[in-house]
Amino acid sequence: MESTIVAISTALSNGGIGIIRLSGSNVFEILEKIFVPKNNDNNIKGYTMKYGHIIDNGEIIDEVLVSYFVGPKSYTREDMCEISTHGGLIVEKRILELCLKKGASLAKPGEFTKRAFLNGRIDLSQAEAIIDLINSKSEKEAKESINQLEGQLSNKISEIEKAILDTLTAIEVTIDYPEYDIDEVEGRNTLNELVKIIELLEKLEGSFNQGKLLKNGIKTVILGRPNAGKSSLLNAILKEDRAIVSNIEGTTRDTIEELVDINGLPINLIDTAGIRNTENEIEKIGVERAKSLANKADLIIAIFDISNELTEEDEKIIKIIEDKNSIIILNKIDILKKNDEIEKKLSNIGKPIIKISAKNNDGIDLLYVEIEKMFNLANIDVNDEIVITNERHKNQIRYAREKIEEGMAAIKNNLPIDICSIYIKQALEELGEITGKNVSEDIINEIFKNFCLGK
Amino acid sequence: MSYFAGRYDVAVIGAGHAGCEAGLAAARMGFRTLIFSISLECIANMPCNPHIGGSSKGHIVREIDCLGGEMGKNIDKTYVQLKMLNTSKGPAVYSLRAQADRKKYQAEMKKTLEQQENLFLKQAEIVNIVVENDKVKSIETNIGAIYDVDAIILATGTYLKGCIHIGDVSYESGPDGVSSANKLSDVLKKLDIKVNRFKTGTPARINRRSIDFSKMEIQPGDEVIEPFSMDNDFSSDNSQMPCYLTYTNEKTHEIIKNNLHRSPLYSGLIHGTGPRYCPSIEDKVVRFADKKRHQLFVEPIGRETDEMYIQGMSSSLPEDVQIEMYRTIPGLENAEFTRPAYAIEYDCIDPQELQLSLEHKRISGMFFAGQINGTSGYEEAACQGLIAGINACRKLSNKEPIILDRSQAYIGVLIDDIVTKGTNEPYRMMTSRAEYRLLLRQDNADLRLTEIGHNIGLISDERYDKFLCKKKNIEEEIKRIKNKVIKPTTEVNEFLKKHFSSEISTGVKLSDLLKRTELNYEDLGEIDEKRPELTLLERKEVEIQVKYEGYIKMEESQVEKFEKLENKKLPTDIDYSKIDGLRLEARQKLDKIKPVSIGQASRISGVSPADISVLLIYMEVNKRKGKV
Repeated sequence: MESTIVAISTALSNGGIGIIRLSGSNVFEILEKIFVPKNNDNNIKGYTMKYGHIIDNGEIIDEVLVSYFVGPKSYTREDMCEISTHGGLIVEKRILELCLKKGASLAKPGEFTKRAFLNGRIDLSQAEAIIDLINSKSEKEAKESINQLEGQLSNKISEIEKAILDTLTAIEVTIDYPEYDIDEVEGRNTLNELVKIIELLEKLEGSFNQGKLLKNGIKTVILGRPNAGKSSLLNAILKEDRAIVSNIEGTTRDTIEELVDINGLPINLIDTAGIRNTENEIEKIGVERAKSLANKADLIIAIFDISNELTEEDEKIIKIIEDKNSIIILNKIDILKKNDEIEKKLSNIGKPIIKISAKNNDGIDLLYVEIEKMFNLANIDVNDEIVITNERHKNQIRYAREKIEEGMAAIKNNLPIDICSIYIKQALEELGEITGKNVSEDIINEIFKNFCLGK
Repeated sequence: MSYFAGRYDVAVIGAGHAGCEAGLAAARMGFRTLIFSISLECIANMPCNPHIGGSSKGHIVREIDCLGGEMGKNIDKTYVQLKMLNTSKGPAVYSLRAQADRKKYQAEMKKTLEQQENLFLKQAEIVNIVVENDKVKSIETNIGAIYDVDAIILATGTYLKGCIHIGDVSYESGPDGVSSANKLSDVLKKLDIKVNRFKTGTPARINRRSIDFSKMEIQPGDEVIEPFSMDNDFSSDNSQMPCYLTYTNEKTHEIIKNNLHRSPLYSGLIHGTGPRYCPSIEDKVVRFADKKRHQLFVEPIGRETDEMYIQGMSSSLPEDVQIEMYRTIPGLENAEFTRPAYAIEYDCIDPQELQLSLEHKRISGMFFAGQINGTSGYEEAACQGLIAGINACRKLSNKEPIILDRSQAYIGVLIDDIVTKGTNEPYRMMTSRAEYRLLLRQDNADLRLTEIGHNIGLISDERYDKFLCKKKNIEEEIKRIKNKVIKPTTEVNEFLKKHFSSEISTGVKLSDLLKRTELNYEDLGEIDEKRPELTLLERKEVEIQVKYEGYIKMEESQVEKFEKLENKKLPTDIDYSKIDGLRLEARQKLDKIKPVSIGQASRISGVSPADISVLLIYMEVNKRKGKV
């Protein structure tokens, strides 16, 4: 039984279409957990295609086409499937991550082809070509890895590795040298150390999402009823002396994404075609459409007219933003007639509130400050590679965190320290997959370096 | 003048811990076996610490025992103190440790050798090995006796070109005043076997009557003890001898610092590589300069002697400095030395030249075991001796060698480590070296290995039947408690409350209660009527297997993955230099080690995952070419 591997098979760019490929003995099991075909047709037949949705915790990630290949009638001669998506890079990565979460492992360089060969699928004459492919891809990955590992990221990982290694060594040394008067490691101390390690890992893991945002922009949608001042705000943002990086064709034909650089933050404004010319957005695209846009966004800016009563449409918008990452804008502070009721009501939602006058370009800076705060990007130098952008690294860091969490659970359940150390060692091994360090030799080196033992 | 002294199947060179196990195993497997020692007075000697077992080493002794070796039985006959270490740290790392009566240990082992059918004990130094067509043919002693043999096992310990250093004094010698073996390493070099130089050391021995124990902390043995050999059965002994604990102080350290220039280690007189885990006291003081004191254990060497061993004070400083620094230690103010501390240098080989069977890769019939392979420790030596003895015999019977893998035994971890990675210092076993520590417990050594020991022919039918019975008892009891439902009666909940365990409101499996950390098998007897009669060790085993079931299963599933790679065998005649896709470093390393499986190949440092992929493809190409 071969393990199931997964990879994004198309170039990692914002091309129109992307394919995520899976191969191995659990392909269909994993697929069943993430893919809901139309009509719930669960038959698996080779050389067929199904239309449906990729679902994560009930949330639709994308609509896709899945091609089925039943082994041995497939490229690798194992069970395989190919998920074709139209969602762009972010969606591709999300689907990949979902597959990993459900039990697939990330394919190593050239692994699909290697399997195809080992399973007799590819002609003998091509063996050398395959070896070249594996070597060149490994080299490329190694290079990318080295680039990635230079600088602050590498320091961060080393720092975490060292913290884990110290915790582990403290345990191991008392196990291997029980006679010595080394401070007995107590579960409580270890637990404290592990809490700190978890924080470090979480921060690093989180930086991956920031990295993703930095790479692809913070997807931002502006919602507001007609005449609330949406287009004025948009124009205010766009008209300012900010470089418009590019116009990328969006995920659906009727939207346009405009990547705007705000104080070094890439904001990806998702804009329906013609939004700047019309004020009756909600009417035009309907509440359902607004909802679906909001679902895909990293940030919603909801704009309200402070000089008027809340309308039925405003209420609908409030409903949409309630459980989303959003900022509330109270527009038209230049108009003297204010409705305090609105402010009171909106402050109950628990979202940050910014008061502006889009017309006078007043208070917009406060909006930027709020965005920075929200994405915790203020302390990130965009030109500095302190963020993980490599999916493989992110996974290893996640695995490491999960192992540490299990180790903590073992201590909390009063299990002996030895059981906990198994998990700590595994966490170190997960990070070792990034740094290439040999865990068990490291432990022994640390023991002899830091503790005075022996005859 | 030399003479022909006869034909034998196996010759073991050296009668230390490796040699004794090798000789006994070979003779017990029915082969006419010679065993040589420069002096028969130093059979199974413990020239350094007088103890056996401890963390991971205790595990090895149990493994030796369950494969039919002698060490466990011999220490059970001759211990003066027994202790189970690490009992609070988890079942996988419980470690049995014994203080030995050194002389008695030697005498008992010598008697066992003498009484063994097929085993011939000879006092002689081997000065030549004749190899023809890469096959061992004969050996010659210093007195000119030539023996024709089919296999030899070299277990020379620290005797090869042994050289002792005490300050600026150095002289050729093996340990304890026995002469060194000065000819054999040149023979090895002539056979084109690489020879390395390692170093180790030992502390002074002191007359007990000159020690003031009132200034030390007494360390007695355990009240409830268990034997090393799983064939033995005892649980108490009130005649155990205590050890004592004391400390160095700043005065000691000052004397050392003032005399460092007189240490051969610092003056450059010693060239051998010493182990990091056995630093001399001068090493400790230099490297851990901020440590105000170092721990010392004063250990008895036996019942019939007043000599005491001072663990923690090994040194190669001159004798006068040693005496001065020892006498700064509380309780040792009037210490009378019987033997000074010394460092010893010796020749050993590069274990990467060996197969996993411990046979030399090139020279057929030549096996190596123990310290000559670059390891350290009595237990490490003994287990290699046992494996080398077994495999020499299996070779002579045209059987596949016994190779334990890393998931089966610490012995497997040890041999795989030294053969696959080599070692640049004397190799000591540590539990941290084992990937599947939870599976390699000392309590289940019999469950892991008795079957193998019986198949080899070193475990008697009687002991095997006894083992099967124990195994069955354990399995049935586990099955029983997994099926037994405990009802939420008042009595049960009273019991749970008493043990600070949460009460139950519905029926719960007994095994689930046992999994609670606050409950144990013995206590649960109170609410578990009609229990079968089980031995203490059986009850302990049931408890461990049930309590840690989830974790054990986790490691077992890792072993499955590990085994998949181990089972992908590589022929040993591959010409790696001709595989184009491999990187140069990988080619050289693979060519040197000649791994037997993809798994072993992947553990060689310098072989990358991409190289492993290339190897897999190369294998597939060959397979298909074979088909055509």
